[in-house]
Parts: sequence; structure tokens; C-alpha cells
Amino acid sequence: MGDYRSKFAMVETMMNRRIPQMICFAFGAALFTVFFLSHPLAKDLNLTITVDYWQIIFAFTLIVGVVSFVRITIKNIKKGEDRPYRIVSLIGLIAMPVLALIWGIRGDSPFMWVFEYVQVPMQSTVFALLAFFVASASFRGFRARSAPAAVLLIAALLTLLSRSSLEGILPVYFSDFADWIRSNPSMAARRAILIGIGLGSLTTSLRVLLGIERTWLGGEK
Amino acid sequence: MLFSNLIFIADSSAWFNTDKLLTLIISLFCVIILLYTTYYKAKQSKFKIREIAGLKAIEDAIGRATEMARPLLFTPGWGGDIQRPTTIASMNILGHVASKTAQYNCQLIYPTHDPVIMAVAQEVIKGAYASAGYADRYKEDNIFYVSSSQFGYAAAVEGLISRLKPASIFLLGTFEAESLILAETGNINKAIQIAGTDSTIQLSFFIVACDYVLIGEELFAASGYLSDDHSIKASVRAQDIIKLLIAVFLIVATIWVTIDPNSQWWKL
Repeated sequence: MGDYRSKFAMVETMMNRRIPQMICFAFGAALFTVFFLSHPLAKDLNLTITVDYWQIIFAFTLIVGVVSFVRITIKNIKKGEDRPYRIVSLIGLIAMPVLALIWGIRGDSPFMWVFEYVQVPMQSTVFALLAFFVASASFRGFRARSAPAAVLLIAALLTLLSRSSLEGILPVYFSDFADWIRSNPSMAARRAILIGIGLGSLTTSLRVLLGIERTWLGGEK
Repeated sequence: MLFSNLIFIADSSAWFNTDKLLTLIISLFCVIILLYTTYYKAKQSKFKIREIAGLKAIEDAIGRATEMARPLLFTPGWGGDIQRPTTIASMNILGHVASKTAQYNCQLIYPTHDPVIMAVAQEVIKGAYASAGYADRYKEDNIFYVSSSQFGYAAAVEGLISRLKPASIFLLGTFEAESLILAETGNINKAIQIAGTDSTIQLSFFIVACDYVLIGEELFAASGYLSDDHSIKASVRAQDIIKLLIAVFLIVATIWVTIDPNSQWWKL
């Protein structure tokens, strides 16, 4: 019995950890090599892996995602949790493909009507919220509570005014100074962060490829 | 057919793209430094990562959610897919957060825009709950796909935050315009927020709206900091060595170009 269990654990480790790790390393090494090759075959291989394989994986997991969404939505409707929202979501999920299948997706079809007059305005509404959130966040962030915060506030005001319709009225050096802030101190800070991000991405990718980091496989080393 | 294919391969002009030679050399150099530090140097010396406020606050954020008996929300943002290193870094933090929520019996909600990320997150969280010894506390329904539409996703997560009122929110991953919508909604609902992303534009939004922000490489160093794994910490040291070399190169190039404005070598 004990022997059977240890064999089962070995197979489980092999299937859940080792094989995915080997596939990850093989594809990582292949894509790294292909990046430096100019042969048409290498370009084809790159496209096959990054586009075709990816679409196949995405299509299958999309089914899993939609099934999970429908299952959770129906469960919550039965429980009575957020029932109106859940019903609207479920109707939308079913109605759109039905409309597309019956009348197609041409410019004058019901599918496009729903897209243009329901989905697009709703998306624009959520996007419009951003303007109010920017105002409230700026109000909180740009309080001159300390010397660095005061510098931040002045820099923000200069940039804001130089990009507004007042630009034509303000003296030229005002706009030039705002441009200098954006292209020198601000850009220097951004580039320092970007170098860190680039190196972080590199080491994270190598850690995953070499199997040093295995959290993504659903467990410890 | 096979023969003609082989002739086609052999006849084709250059195999190697010489324009990318320098990139290859620098990449291999970085890989060698990483391998040397991780597999050789790590055996000889101990590495320490400086204290990162955002990561230190993770335990407090989970503790707060447990004490208030409210859920904890973790979002990887809308901008990325599983191929992005930022998403992988976010998954590493998710594993540690899930391990803690399993121990404290705190509810972890994970809405996502990408079904592939959903599948990986389910595995990560399930594995973390099992490793913590609380596999029975894992709830698959808490990790769910919402919508692939950017503002559809933003509206759904915003609604979740407003209705569930999570005590703590983790915004770690790739974010675009939805970053401020989510962070401000969390702020209005008085949640402790820990954020981190690879977009410098979205970072500025997080800095004003969140309590703790992981800036730049802090997000990628998080797994070494949280797990205390020696190999991962060694790879962070390798990252620092490469960064130091880049800084030295930039200083030398700046001095050189100041003295000789016509010089070109530093453009590589």
C-alpha cells in the first residue's frame, strides 16, 4: 500500500511539476534562440508558437472561463446574491452570440445595434469616471504638506498650465520650463524605474525558465 | 518533400541576424552573471534584501481583513496576459498571500479578465492552500473570469469592491486606464491598498491612491523577500550587479561625451 502511494506521489509530481517545467524550459529556450535567427523557418516557428499555439490555448481556457462565469452566476442567482446584476450579465452573455448567429454582425444587424447603443455608451460611462477620479486623487496627492510635496505641486501646476489653453497667453519661458521638467528630471526618474523593471523582468523570466521559481506551478520548490 | 525542404533550409542566406549580435552578447552576459550568482556564489555567501514597506505590509493587510471578517481582493489588472513577467511576479506574490489567507481563514477574491490567468491563479491558490495544510478552505468560485473588455472588467471589479467592501486590496500586475478607477474605488471604501505595476504612468496613479506601492523592480524581488528562498535572493543580487554595471557604463559614457561630443562608441 505504501509503495503504491509513493509511486502515485511520484507520478503526480512528474505530471504537475516536472513535465510543465520541462515544456516551459524547452519553449523558452526555443523562443530565445529564434529571436536571434533571420531564417524564414525561424520566423515561421516564432509565429506558430506565439500566435497559433497561444490562440489554441486561449480558446480552450475561454470555454473554462465562460463555464465558470455561468456556473457562479447561476449559483448566486439561486442564492439571491446581487440577483439583478447577475441576471443582466447572464442575459448579455446569452443574447450577444444569439443575435450574432441569427442576424450576423454586419453594420445594420441587431448585434451591432446593441454594441453601438448599449455596450459602447456603458464603456464610455466607466471611462468618464476616470476624470472625476483623477480630480479627487490629484486633490489628495498634491497637498503641500512638506517641501518635496510642495515641489511636486509646483511642477504639476506648471505642467498643467503649459498644456492648457492658457499656453498662448503665458510667457514662452514658462512653457519651456515645463517641457524641461518633463524631459529631464521626470524622464530621468522614469528611465531609472524602467531599467529596474527591465532587469526584474529578465531575472524573473530566467528564474521561471530555470525552475528556480515554481510558484506559478501551484506549489513550493 | 523532406529533401526539398532541407535544400530550402540549406540554401537560404544568413541564419543568424547579425543586427542582434550585441543584444545576444549582452543577454548571454546577463544569463552568465545570473547563473554564477544563483548556483555558485549563493553557496558561499548569504544575501539579504532590504526592507520593502509594501511587502512588509502584506501580513498587516491580511491580518486586518481577518480581524474585520471581510474579504481580501487581489487583481492582476487588465493589461497583461500570462506571458508577461509582471503577471508571473504577481502570481508569485499571490501564492504567498494565498498561503497566509489559508492560515488565517480569510476569504480571498480573485477576479480576472483572462481565462488563462484564471486557470493559473486557481492552481497557484489551490497549491498554496494545500501547502499551508488547509486544502478544505480553498474555494474555487472565488477565482473567476469576469470579462475581457477593459471597462467591463473595471466596472465589475469596482462593483465587487463597492458591494463586498474588502478590508484589503492587492493591485499587482499589468494595469492600464482601469488602475485609477480601481484604486480610487478602494480608497473610497477605506481598504488598505498595496499596488505594483511595470507601467510608470500607472505607478503615479497608484502612488496617490494607494497606501503602499511596489516601485519598479520591487515587484520582481517580492518573491525572494517573501519566501526567504536563497536562490531567488541570489538572483536578485545578480540583478543588482547588472544594474551597477549599467550605472557605471552610463556615468563613463556621460563623462566621455561631455569631453568629446563627437564620440559614438557609447551608442554601441
